[in-house]
Amino acid sequence: MRFAKTLRFALRALQSNIMRSALTCVGIIIGIAAVIAMMEIGNGVTALNQKAIASLGANSLMVQPGMAASGGVSFGAGSTVTLTPQDCDAILRECPAVRAAAPVVGANSQIVYGSRNWVPMSIVGTTPDYLDVRQWPLDDGACFTDQDVRNMSKVCLIGQTLKRELFDNTNPIGKELRLGNVSVRVLGVVGSKGANMFGRDQDDVVIAPWTTIKYRVSGKTSGVSSAQAPANSASGSTSTAVNTLNNPYPSSGVQLYPAPSPTQAADTPQPIRFTNVNQILTAADSPEEIPAAMKQITALLRERHRIPAGVAEDFTINDMTELMNTFSKTTQLIGNLLMIVAAISLVVGGVGIMNIMLVSVTERTHEIGLRMAVGARSFDILGQFLTEAVILCLLGGATGIFLGRGISILVRLLMRWPTEISIPAIVAAVVVSATVGLVFGYYPAWKASKLDPIEALRFE
Amino acid sequence: MDLINLEEIRKTYLLGEVSLPVLKGISLRIARGEYIALMGASGSGKSTLMNILGCLDKPTSGRYWLDGEEISQLTPDQRAVIRSRKIGFVFQNFNLLKRTSALNQVMMPLAYSPDNVSEAEARVRAAELLERVGLGDRMHHEPSQLSGGQQQRVAIARALVNRPPLLFADEPTGNLDSRTSVEIMRMFEKLNQEEGITIIVVTHATDVAEHASRTIRIRDGIIEAGAFSAEGDGPPPLATVLRNEEGAFARPL
Repeated sequence: MRFAKTLRFALRALQSNIMRSALTCVGIIIGIAAVIAMMEIGNGVTALNQKAIASLGANSLMVQPGMAASGGVSFGAGSTVTLTPQDCDAILRECPAVRAAAPVVGANSQIVYGSRNWVPMSIVGTTPDYLDVRQWPLDDGACFTDQDVRNMSKVCLIGQTLKRELFDNTNPIGKELRLGNVSVRVLGVVGSKGANMFGRDQDDVVIAPWTTIKYRVSGKTSGVSSAQAPANSASGSTSTAVNTLNNPYPSSGVQLYPAPSPTQAADTPQPIRFTNVNQILTAADSPEEIPAAMKQITALLRERHRIPAGVAEDFTINDMTELMNTFSKTTQLIGNLLMIVAAISLVVGGVGIMNIMLVSVTERTHEIGLRMAVGARSFDILGQFLTEAVILCLLGGATGIFLGRGISILVRLLMRWPTEISIPAIVAAVVVSATVGLVFGYYPAWKASKLDPIEALRFE
Repeated sequence: MDLINLEEIRKTYLLGEVSLPVLKGISLRIARGEYIALMGASGSGKSTLMNILGCLDKPTSGRYWLDGEEISQLTPDQRAVIRSRKIGFVFQNFNLLKRTSALNQVMMPLAYSPDNVSEAEARVRAAELLERVGLGDRMHHEPSQLSGGQQQRVAIARALVNRPPLLFADEPTGNLDSRTSVEIMRMFEKLNQEEGITIIVVTHATDVAEHASRTIRIRDGIIEAGAFSAEGDGPPPLATVLRNEEGAFARPL
């Protein structure tokens, strides 16, 4: 009852000087709008970030060869050739937490089609599983098969950018293009993935069987190692697996030479040719399985690479969650920064309110005196001015929320940044604006309530 | 019993090192239903006495009984409650709120009343009072749309809305022309006679003081004349009895 009256007096007082009330609010409006807009844009950027990382392949783990070192001089990650296609097969076979695995071989080459040429951002040599690992759907056509991988077939898939640049968006399927010195047939077009989080155009890509890339296009030969080097079981392994060249002709039923005994093999070391890949891309069953998958892969590869306990691994596993954490940390950092800016503008707005309330108290000294003379207690006066300040701030806050939403929608429309509505930000905005009203309205209200009615009535 | 009883009231202002005695021991009694004129030259302590009588200020020493309550040493908030319950004020410059309708002006004191008057009832009371001061058709006018006499009548209605036994008027006709002054004074007279409201008019105009039943003169902080009524503590005027009758407030002035 009493509060209702106080509220009415406050509203009437604000109404009687509506222009000033509106201007007083501006500080708060800007502060709250800044908070809301920043939170929404920040949320959007985070979502974008997560999408970018997800487009690299949800739940992906990248296994990369480790570093080589000579006399204490390290050559950095990837400087040894330790990963083989057989590793990839083994991971898929023996690690239950891994859903899919694909070896990756890179190349850099020019593509020619008709009178046009292009150097794609990336040429990926891999297996059909790659599309699964990367969660990359086909837009058109079909993927090459495991058979194509075994056969080093001269086929490929191309990305949207290539389709546009080389084929003018006409149907490229079945066309032959020249990749380096090799003529390859386009089997399909992969869907658009857009830029990745570093801004690299992921659609500017050629995907082909890794054997084709490795042996036909880049022409690099494999690493050669002697028999003393970890034999990698590659030599002896059966060739039912897809990604192996060790036995390209599985129908070898007849052994021309008797199999050497272990002793013979040790006595006469033969250079064994083994094939390496640049990295192995694997996908865990789910994000929760990533730590388990990492553990399983590490154990498996240590075993396969014959690494004794206590010796560093010759490979590294990078997971995208690490990347994701780094990114969310960065986003959070930027968010905090923006929050500080918003907080400063809120304080400035609050001081503005305090300023105007002080002016208002001075201006209405006479009125305060009169109210006191007819029986208002200091508590009533305090309540009235405090209510006025809080109402101003809440109105400012509400306007700020709408303005902030407007800004974020504008940003979305004009700058194409995704934005996302943030309920916590709105709740926080309301709480903060009420608090600003209470904190910065208190001093003027207290000053008003401590006026002496006689002095106040005499004041002109 | 007396409505007001002052005993040796002193008020001394401290201006830095110098103490300035303004009221030098004032004792007076005012019975219920009296109509008092408080007169004195400026600087005589008239305003200070009025502030103390009106419970706006606290005496330095001495005792003050208002309606049987000793109130000389109350806190400002306690004094506010007393003002709300017992005292109505009419000022020389009307002291109306800007840009506020007459009805809201009159309702305003009720918002601070300790006996929680409901909004609806406050509206009814205020409307009745405005009707009685002859402004029934101007309830929604703002002060800028009212003449001086009308503004003062709004102020009188506002002073009466809490149904106080005591009405203070500080130079109520100071800003009015003579014809309106007569109207206002007649209204006071009626309030006093028909409702038994004790009225204290602070003035320096003798023709205003003539309406009063007793004149208290103050000079240099001391009461010169009229501190006690002639009959002593005689029976209260008839009006006091009338005031307590049902519906006394409803009678037009």
